[in-house]
Amino acid sequence: MPNIVVATELLSCSYREGRVLEDISFQVSRGDYIGIVGPNGSGKSTLIKALLGLVTISTGSAALFGTNLSDFRDWSKIGYLPQSLHLVNPVFPATVHETVGLGLLSLKRFPKRLNRADNDKINKTLDELGILDLEHKLIGELSGGQLQRVLLARAIVNEPELLVLDEPTAALDPETRGRFYSMIADINHSRGVTVLLVTHDSGAIGEHASKMLYIDKKMLFYGGFDEFCSSPEMSSLFGEHSQHLMCHRH
Amino acid sequence: MNLFEILSYGFIQRALLAGTLIALLCSVLGVFLVLRRLSLIGDGLAHVTFGSTAIALALKFYSAMTLLVSMPIVLLASLGILKLTEKGRLSGDAAIGLVSALGISAGIILASVGGGYNVDLLSYLFGNILSIRSEEVIIAGLLCLGVMLLVTLYYHELFAISFSDELAKVSGVRTSFINSILVLLTALSVVLAMKLVGIMLISSLLIVPAAGALQLARGFKVCIALAALQGCSSVIIGIIISIMSNLPASASIVMVNLLFFAAACIIRRIIYSKNSN
Repeated sequence: MPNIVVATELLSCSYREGRVLEDISFQVSRGDYIGIVGPNGSGKSTLIKALLGLVTISTGSAALFGTNLSDFRDWSKIGYLPQSLHLVNPVFPATVHETVGLGLLSLKRFPKRLNRADNDKINKTLDELGILDLEHKLIGELSGGQLQRVLLARAIVNEPELLVLDEPTAALDPETRGRFYSMIADINHSRGVTVLLVTHDSGAIGEHASKMLYIDKKMLFYGGFDEFCSSPEMSSLFGEHSQHLMCHRH
Repeated sequence: MNLFEILSYGFIQRALLAGTLIALLCSVLGVFLVLRRLSLIGDGLAHVTFGSTAIALALKFYSAMTLLVSMPIVLLASLGILKLTEKGRLSGDAAIGLVSALGISAGIILASVGGGYNVDLLSYLFGNILSIRSEEVIIAGLLCLGVMLLVTLYYHELFAISFSDELAKVSGVRTSFINSILVLLTALSVVLAMKLVGIMLISSLLIVPAAGALQLARGFKVCIALAALQGCSSVIIGIIISIMSNLPASASIVMVNLLFFAAACIIRRIIYSKNSN
């Protein structure tokens, strides 16, 4: 079982308007909880999407579980939670149960069918996240916090080894946000799931993340949270006072 | 004429059977298309069907043979829309518009070269389900069986891409392949549906049942079942009304469909106002 879950080598991505990521190289080990931070438009979401094959890599390479991304097929090892507000069509007629069931497709061969054991798995996951009572609700009827938990249930119902979250708390109030981060930390600790989490909120993520990856098109920092807070590179970038505010633990 | 008399005629039995099968296909596919915001693909492909029908008629192919000439052309056009969207830096509606313009202009030129609009071409514009022949019913039955089998086999993948392309990809769904299946099945259904409601009204068979079902459905499978129920009922009621009132069948079917949609909106309002009290 490879201990390196994610590895990139001089990874670059370009859109029509130019380069959005340049020469990103880092490795993520099994069980790590990586907080990916950086200013708006710094390429955080592009990095996540490039690692999942959703955005074309211009140069360099990426590998998941030791397999080059272009050859990677074992999607059952991955759980993905995108920015939910962009994702969900409010009139989509699926129930919470049906939506979470979509997370099990990566485990199925053609023709993909969900059986009774799968339904039990869905219910167990909903129960663990405290949302079993929402099972028959339509996703368009949920609040932002409920929707986020449903999409998290969808992302972890297949018991992934790597959980990738793209600004999962953007639409949540501070209290719900705190609970959400604790939930992810619990999944990381209790199940040993490797976590990659994109956020603006470096202070809140610092409470839980084992490492911070700071990017602004290029990789400016990769290391532990304490190191991040005392790093001269970050200090020169933000100034000591700002760095102190950013690293303030809630 | 009473209902039993009406149902005793062979041409009406054929119309009801073929119409129900085609409505079933269009309603089920319509749910996926509406949720993927590809509602107007039916319109675009219908215009291509017009062009391909003009080609078939210019080549002196009639009735079932027209279908067989149209099918490969419309299937190619559906893949063209998909490729333009994926690779041509065009949004779905622009790609549909482009292919639609090509289809309709080709049809007009061919009709003009062939001596103007004849009765056959006009019957495809406005539909004439009551003139459907036995061989066309057999083609509709076989295609319906094939399409429903594929929809059943790929149900979860179609559900996944309708929910989110991005999430479907990360769940290992081959989204390009499933998108191709969806538009190809739609193309086949559109070619069949031109006999039922005509090229001008095909998109209503795809959109209206799905739009009605979305008002009331509590669950994805329920939504598909409700759309199928609305689509099939509209065809049966529409055909019977058209015979009893001597109205065009195609327009009657679409009007009944729209009435079902309006009823679904009213029921939804009543349910919501009851729940909020």
